[in-house]
Amino acid sequence: MEQFQVRGTAKKRAGGHRHQAITGVNTSGNLEILVERVLPDRECLVDVTTAVTGFRAIWEAVIQEFFERSSPGGLRFSINDGGARPDTVTLRLMQSARLMETEA
Amino acid sequence: MSNLLQPHEADWYEASARERVAGLLDPKSFVEFVGPEQRAMSPHLAQFDLTGAFDDGIVVGRGRLDRQEVFVAAQEGRFMGGAFGEVHGAKLLGLLRAARDGAGRGGPRAVLLLLDTGGVRLQEANAGELAISEIINAIAQVRSAGIPVLGLVGGRAGAFGGGGIITACCSRIVVSEHARVSVSGPEVIETNKGVEEFDSKDRALVWRVCGVRTRYLTGGADCYVKGSIQDFREAAIALIAHAPPFELATLNAEQQRLAERLERFGDCRDAPEIWRKAGLPQPERIAEITDDAFLAIQRPTGADHDAR
Amino acid sequence: MTLDEVLASLFPSGHQVERGPSGTLRGTAKIDGQGDVTVVGIVGGTPLGVDGAILLAGHVLAAVEAGGRAPIVVLVDTASQNMARRDELLGLNEYLAHLAKSLALASAHGHRIVSVLFGHAAAGAFIAAALSSQSLVALPGAEPSVMDLPSISRVTKLPLEQLKELAKTTPIFAPGIEPLFAIGAVTETWTADQPFASRLAALLRQPVATSDLRDGIGLERKGRLLAHKIAERVAAEAAAHA
Repeated sequence: MEQFQVRGTAKKRAGGHRHQAITGVNTSGNLEILVERVLPDRECLVDVTTAVTGFRAIWEAVIQEFFERSSPGGLRFSINDGGARPDTVTLRLMQSARLMETEA
Repeated sequence: MSNLLQPHEADWYEASARERVAGLLDPKSFVEFVGPEQRAMSPHLAQFDLTGAFDDGIVVGRGRLDRQEVFVAAQEGRFMGGAFGEVHGAKLLGLLRAARDGAGRGGPRAVLLLLDTGGVRLQEANAGELAISEIINAIAQVRSAGIPVLGLVGGRAGAFGGGGIITACCSRIVVSEHARVSVSGPEVIETNKGVEEFDSKDRALVWRVCGVRTRYLTGGADCYVKGSIQDFREAAIALIAHAPPFELATLNAEQQRLAERLERFGDCRDAPEIWRKAGLPQPERIAEITDDAFLAIQRPTGADHDAR
Repeated sequence: MTLDEVLASLFPSGHQVERGPSGTLRGTAKIDGQGDVTVVGIVGGTPLGVDGAILLAGHVLAAVEAGGRAPIVVLVDTASQNMARRDELLGLNEYLAHLAKSLALASAHGHRIVSVLFGHAAAGAFIAAALSSQSLVALPGAEPSVMDLPSISRVTKLPLEQLKELAKTTPIFAPGIEPLFAIGAVTETWTADQPFASRLAALLRQPVATSDLRDGIGLERKGRLLAHKIAERVAAEAAAHA
C-alpha cells in the first residue's frame, strides 16, 4: 500500500460555496474522492491512499495536470483508490471539483 | 443538464448508496451522522494491504420520507461487498439505538435499512458477526418501541449471510428483481456439499433459489417493485403505515406460517415445484417473465401476511 | 464434554431434557435456590436448518406464552447453518431470523437467557443459537467461529501462514474462544475445575439488561476498540439533531 500527498498551486479559488463533497466508490478499477474546502485560496492538495504500488510518478503527473486544468484553489482531495486507471482518476477529480460548485 | 434523471428516477441497482438515499428521501432533507469527513474508517484493513472507505461502506443519518422524519442506513454494496466490519456495524448499531431511545420523544417515524451486503467482512470476521447479532437485537428493541424497521433490498450484493437474517428481522421488506436474499452463498454450498447439491455457476438456479421472486412468492418479502428509486420510495411510504408490531401474537403467527410452508413445500427441490404445488400459472416461466407479468400473479395463500 | 456430562454438570439438581428431531433439545431443569428453567438446544454437531430452527423457536415461544419469566438456557453444539439447497429455497434466512427474534422477544418479556456453548457453532448458527442471548458461556471444548482460517485464506487470498501470524496480534477475525471473549461475544469461559451449577445460577440471577452490553465489554477487554465509541458518536449526533 502507498500513501502520499501531491501539492500544487492554483491560479484561482475553486468556484462555489460547498464545504465538502464525496464521489465514487473504492472498488476494483474505481476510486473514492472526498473533497474539502479547507485550504488557502491558491493552494490545492491531493492525499492518495492506494493498494497499487509503484505508480506514484503517474499519479503526480495526472494530479498536476488536473491542478493546471481545473484550478481547484482551496480544495483538499482525499482518495481511496481501488486500482483506477489514470483517465478514471482524472475524470473523478474533475467531477469532484465540479460538485463543489453545486448546491449542497 | 436537462437529460439527466432526477435522483428518484434513477435505477436502484445502478445507484450508489448515497444516490439511493438522496433519491429515496424528500429532496435535500438528508443529514448524515459521522460522515466521511470524520474519516471513521476501519483500522483492520491495512494489515491485509487493503484500502478503506471514508464512511466504512455505510451511510447513516436522518431525513424526511413524505414529510415524516425517518432514520436511514444505506450500505455501499460495491465497497468490500457491502460487508459488515467493526466500524460499519457500529454505525448501524448507533443509529438503531438512537431510534429506540428517541421513540415517543420526537424520534423517527421509521428506520429504513438499505441493505446491500454479502454478510460478514472476513478480514474482521468476529467483529462483523457480533455486530450483526447486536443489530438484530437492536432492531427488535426499535420495533418493540413501536418504530417500524423497513428492509429495502435491490443491489448487486443482495442480502447474504447475516444480512439475510437481518432482512427477515425487519417489520417489512421491499425487494426488486436483481436482488438475492439468502444465507449461505451458492459457492459455499457447492464447496461443502458438491455441485449436485448446488451448481453455483448455474445463474438461473441461483436466482430461483436465492432470488427475491421466490422470497416474494413464498412470503419472504412484502413488496416487489420494478427497481427505480421512486418505486422503492412509494413502497416504503405505503408500508410504514402497515408494519406488524413486535409482540408474541406476531411471532406466533410467524411460527405458524413458517411451519405451514415446510408442510406444503418442504419436499420441493426447486422453485417451479413450489409454484406447481401452489397452483400458479406456468411455473417454469415465472423466473423469466417481465416484472409487469410477475406482479400480475396472485401470490399463493399465506404469502401476504402480517407475521414478521 | 458430552451432552450428558454438560447436563449433569449444569443441572445437578435434576433435569427433564429430551432430544427431539433435527438435533434439537427441549425440557426443563432445576436450578438450586431458583426454581425451574426452560432448556432448549441444538446438539450433536447438527447444522441449524429450517427444521431445527422452527422447532427451537416454537419451544421458546411456548415458554413466553406460559408466562412466569422462567429463565431459558440454550445449549449449543451445532455446526454452521445447514448448507443445503432446500433450506435456502424455503427461506432459511427467515427461519434463523425467527429463532433470533423469538429469543429477543423472550428477553423483552423478562426471561433471562443464557446460551451455553460446548461444541461447535459457526456463522448463521452461531448468530441464531449462541449469540441471540444476553450471556454466552463457553465450556471446555467450545469451538466458536465465524469461518475457519483455511476458508478465510481462500476467500481473502491471503496465505494461511500469514493469517495465523496476524491472528496472534488481533482478535478481530480468528476463530476460537479467546478472540471471541476479547471482543465481547463470549461473556464467560468456564474451566473444568469450576462448579458449573453455581456459576450458572449466578449468571441467571443477573437482571435482564435493557440494552446490549457487548460493545462496552469489547472496549473494556480491548478486543473491539472502536465499536462502542462509534456507536456512541452516531447516537450523540442523532440526539443533537433531534
